[in-house]
Amino acid sequence: MRKTKFITGGAVIAAALAYMIYAGVTQSAVYFVTPAELRASAVAGKAYRLGGMVLPGSVTWEPRTLALHFTLGDGTATVPVRHKGTPPDLFGEGRGAVVEGTWSADGYFRASLILAKHSEEYKAPHDASQAGYKELIRTLQGDGR
Amino acid sequence: MIPELGYGAAIVALVLALWGAVTAALGARTGRPALLLSAQHAALAVFVLVTACFALLTYAFLTFDFSVRYVATNTNLGTPFYYRITGVWGALEGSIILWTWMLGLYTLIVILRHREGARELYPWVLTVMLGVLAFFLLVITVAAPPFARQAPVPADGRGLNPLLEDTGMITHPVALYLGFTGLTVPFAFAMAALITGRVGDAWITLTRRWTIIAWYFLSLGLLIGGWWSYHVLGWGGYWAWDPVENAAFMPWLTATAFLHSVMIQERRRMLKLWNISLVILTFSLTLFGTFLTRSGVIASVHAFTQGTIGAFFLSFLALVLLTALGLLAVRWDALHAQGELDSIVSRESAFLLNNVLFVAATFTVFFGTVFPLLSEAARGVKVSVGAPFFNQVNVPLFLALIFLMGVGPLIAWRRASFDNLRRNFLWPVLVGVAAAAFFFSLGVRSAIAVLVLALTVFVASTITVDFARASRARVRLGEPLLPAMGGLLRRHNRRYGGFGVHLGILIIAVGVTGSQAWSVQTETTLRRGEYAELAGYRVRFEDLTASEESNHFKVAGAFTVSNGRGLGVLRPAKKFYPQETSPIAYVDYRLGLREDIYLVLGDFARDGSQATVKFQVNRLVSWIWIGGLVLTAGAVLAILPEKKKAA
Repeated sequence: MRKTKFITGGAVIAAALAYMIYAGVTQSAVYFVTPAELRASAVAGKAYRLGGMVLPGSVTWEPRTLALHFTLGDGTATVPVRHKGTPPDLFGEGRGAVVEGTWSADGYFRASLILAKHSEEYKAPHDASQAGYKELIRTLQGDGR
Repeated sequence: MIPELGYGAAIVALVLALWGAVTAALGARTGRPALLLSAQHAALAVFVLVTACFALLTYAFLTFDFSVRYVATNTNLGTPFYYRITGVWGALEGSIILWTWMLGLYTLIVILRHREGARELYPWVLTVMLGVLAFFLLVITVAAPPFARQAPVPADGRGLNPLLEDTGMITHPVALYLGFTGLTVPFAFAMAALITGRVGDAWITLTRRWTIIAWYFLSLGLLIGGWWSYHVLGWGGYWAWDPVENAAFMPWLTATAFLHSVMIQERRRMLKLWNISLVILTFSLTLFGTFLTRSGVIASVHAFTQGTIGAFFLSFLALVLLTALGLLAVRWDALHAQGELDSIVSRESAFLLNNVLFVAATFTVFFGTVFPLLSEAARGVKVSVGAPFFNQVNVPLFLALIFLMGVGPLIAWRRASFDNLRRNFLWPVLVGVAAAAFFFSLGVRSAIAVLVLALTVFVASTITVDFARASRARVRLGEPLLPAMGGLLRRHNRRYGGFGVHLGILIIAVGVTGSQAWSVQTETTLRRGEYAELAGYRVRFEDLTASEESNHFKVAGAFTVSNGRGLGVLRPAKKFYPQETSPIAYVDYRLGLREDIYLVLGDFARDGSQATVKFQVNRLVSWIWIGGLVLTAGAVLAILPEKKKAA
């Protein structure tokens, strides 16, 4: 009798958990796609994580409105992406990027989040850009005081 | 020469650890003290050798020995002295050495504390600890050798990951690893109990404080990780349900369940099988976590380097699980409970439910973390579930756990009478309901926020009721109030230490809820002299300055903050490291009890005329760190040796 109660209780908890997990997955599943896969079967309003390369020359950023536009490509297809915000530190033309968002019926990808890819490989310190930083410091100091 | 010495030391340590594990087992079987003594000496030698490895690697860092690949990838000539030391455990190879060193330290302390007291279990405990040590030494010598040389020797190293140049990076891994490795101790005792067939309460009584200590360090590690994320990563959050975070959170959940379930075994002789399984699960999850984060099977923002190491951990995990399950099967009959549950309304069932919920939360986190792997294997599509999934499923579980936090410690054992319930819970429930009404009338409309606040008040009231009642009883016996309270804390340190930890968790829950519900942010580009306004604060962009630091260049914006009166200048920056292709954001903030002002510098014009800034007002976040301090006080109280009851 008591045992039945506990078994029933356990079953109720397990069922509730299973339902919560099921609902959670269906509501927050994000599909990983490449530009070609997205082009092949884009459903407007569905959540995607789109990974590709930021095409050189495609990035425009308007600091005042924070409108960031660029194109992601994978060699076979390209997808125009729009985002509102500052380009993240790791973001750049010719580099890999993963964006999260939805496909808009107007023919572009509306990114709510940009996850730029971090390259792990060993790199020797590059002197050329150090000169660039020194130049930057000079400009800022000359202008600032 | 130095690297070869380190490599040699690791190999000798590996051989000795295996030798010690075998001799301890033989000693247990034959009962010959000489064998056990030999195993102890081996454990001591292993510790000394691992210490030597650690020292030699540190030396290689301090002397910039770039012929060692690990040194070259994690330091360079510009790395400040301080970070050359912490850089030793800044990446995989060194962190495994740190891990092994701590495990060796724990093994020594176990020898010192338990070689007299636990004669039957002790030799097997030593076998298991040394066996685990041998595995990690195998990783050091084969899978991830920190002393591996490279040729040609570069003139300068790559440098430490700039994100790790932070004080949090010394304390975070140290605390986390002290927690992870500490969990090996209860695991070793549980295995010893299974091997010897002494599955009674001895192993639980012996490991009680060990578990609390390991649990505390794990909690501390998680909290420091959150703090590091908050003040270094610059996204304004402290927890992202990232696989690496989940990897540390899962053993924390099961260890917490275990801390509670042992109390039922001690008191009612129930849940033997469950307790042993929880310890095995907890230990396995620490290995699984390392596998998950180090194998690269799941992409993570933490992005550690990978290698064959994943296969090593997976194999060892399989070995541990198979051995443990085999032993469980052998001892199945002995593991049957003696006590039985009497009623649903009892402390046993409150604790049982607590355990079910903790394990459910663990499963949820596990499921969500490996979901991309599952979906790819099952359907061939890569699907991930993010923070919304974890929040959606876990928040109800955590709310129920907070509720039980109030119920569990006060409800009667076996069967709670109506009187017991009324006596303990009438006032706390009324106060909790009043609190809900109060916060609602203040304009709090988020249902979760109202619930958390009301539950917090409810649980805090139960603790107050309990403590006040116990103090009053002592005052009636003629003690003055303050000594009565002090004596109570000291005499029942485990109980009140536990309450202290509960209070800490409550405060953390309020901080998390507040920051989730009420934080606001904006992002904007400002010209010099322009300002942005948010939540009553005004942030004005003054100017941009650049400077050359020892190993990087820094561009900092100056922003004056005011809310009617001046609140000072914040200087968020971007740091440009020569070895990195991208700049690293450097957050600046003004912490407060009510809210933090948090600024992140985005893009800027090279002439300094304008800058883009992310401006956040994060509510109640400080309470998470304050809760961590309260939790620490509670844990320290609970860890104190129990005072012998006066005759």
